[in-house]
Amino acid sequence: MTRYAMVIDTRTCIGCGDCVVACKTENKVPEGLNRDWIVEATSGTYPNLTTEFRSERCNHCSNATCVTLCPTGASHHWKDTNIVLVDADKCTGCKACIAACPYDARLVMHPDGYVDKCTFCHHRVEKGLDPACVSSCPTRCMYFGSLDDPGSEVSRLLKTRKYKVLNPETGNEPNVYYLI
Amino acid sequence: MEELLVTARNNPLIDPGLQIWTWEVAMYLFLGGLTAGVMVFAAIMALTNRGDEAPFASTQLAVFAPVVLSLGMTTLFLDLEHKLFVFRFYTAFEITSPMSWGAWILIVIYPVSFLQIFSTLRSGYPQVARFVDGAATGRAILDWCERHRRRIALTAIPFAIALGIYTGILLSAFSARPFWNSGVLGPLFLVSGLSTAAALVALLAKRHSEKVLFTKIDLALILGELALVALFVINLATGNAPQLDALGSITGGPYTFVFWVLFVGIGLLVPLLLEVLEIRGVASRVAVIAPVLVLIGGYALRQVVLDIGQESTWTRYPTQYNAELLDRLKD
Repeated sequence: MTRYAMVIDTRTCIGCGDCVVACKTENKVPEGLNRDWIVEATSGTYPNLTTEFRSERCNHCSNATCVTLCPTGASHHWKDTNIVLVDADKCTGCKACIAACPYDARLVMHPDGYVDKCTFCHHRVEKGLDPACVSSCPTRCMYFGSLDDPGSEVSRLLKTRKYKVLNPETGNEPNVYYLI
Repeated sequence: MEELLVTARNNPLIDPGLQIWTWEVAMYLFLGGLTAGVMVFAAIMALTNRGDEAPFASTQLAVFAPVVLSLGMTTLFLDLEHKLFVFRFYTAFEITSPMSWGAWILIVIYPVSFLQIFSTLRSGYPQVARFVDGAATGRAILDWCERHRRRIALTAIPFAIALGIYTGILLSAFSARPFWNSGVLGPLFLVSGLSTAAALVALLAKRHSEKVLFTKIDLALILGELALVALFVINLATGNAPQLDALGSITGGPYTFVFWVLFVGIGLLVPLLLEVLEIRGVASRVAVIAPVLVLIGGYALRQVVLDIGQESTWTRYPTQYNAELLDRLKD
């Protein structure tokens, strides 16, 4: 399995939301629906505060419970990679994958009714491009690449920087990394 | 204390809390369990030759299985968001998906259930049987089913149990939902399904001996169900942080009343007490109340577990997105 990862530097992210807009534009996500979003986590008591900005989306888990629990095979790993896609023609809209996702990263497409989600812009990845959110980030805090290539920027960053993933305890093996 | 602000995510059914499955799914889980119980008792009666003691369960009960299950599958269909693609359940078998197992179990349940009905049609529904017997093929089918009544019953039991238990396993398989993620849920739903079916017989049977028999059976099943509820709660109470968080919704949280008073109290303990009184011959005039409460309790179990499970999560965003703020920008 080729493992694609997204690495997001929480120290340079300013929570502007350009990634959200880029995704909506690139993927024509209808109004009212979002495949990615910004979390602004503030801890402490004024004036002693610390804030972390996180651009969040599907974690394209290597052990994705949304894939294992899908009854029709609509939710699947794309071409032996960790990129999780939904085949709309196989989706019954049963919503099992939505319940299965610990990150609540999925949505019901309107008005059609099939389940939709972040695709890591696999149509761009196929052409050697970065996902739309990564390429549009004005602070260049987002990186995309293969973890199988030890020389890739994402591999290098994860070797040299401290990072975390969200809820690794779920066992889903998420592939969106946050530099801290 | 961490304060979270989530921007731009307000996906319907998912935000602010998961509400993907509502009464349609709860109703299916309930009716599926009831079907399983109906088939198990019809089979047990066929195997133990209790026609005299329990004529309703022995010869007439089986017909409820496909009717009840079809109602359940109808509500399940109503829940689907991409309805035209429902056939996709049957173009794949996904071994890791309990829902896929369930879809195929349902396909097997129908023929098995019809064989069960045919095997007692002549004694249970003589008028219908006369009509079927009018055709040579019909007569041959009924003859064959009657000859193989035991074998049909023995086949029905494992498939019915599979139907009853899978609905619980389906929910327990969601590791992302701490309230559901317990192996006890499968047996709990199965025993509840058997209990509701016993209650249905106690409610509809006319012969006193049959009412008493199924009241006794239901009593034992309610005790079993109470034990499983206790194990379920203990499992959560001794669990990890997300499980403890999930438990909070029934220990002081918003579902405390529904879970303990409506489900455990009115759905289990009150009928338990009434059934004890009934068996002792004290409250036979109100004998209709206990089975009705058991049936309501069976539905309440599915609904409450379904609701709490969807709220239980690994990812909590306490500060919710407020769409009104966006509207203010438009002015």
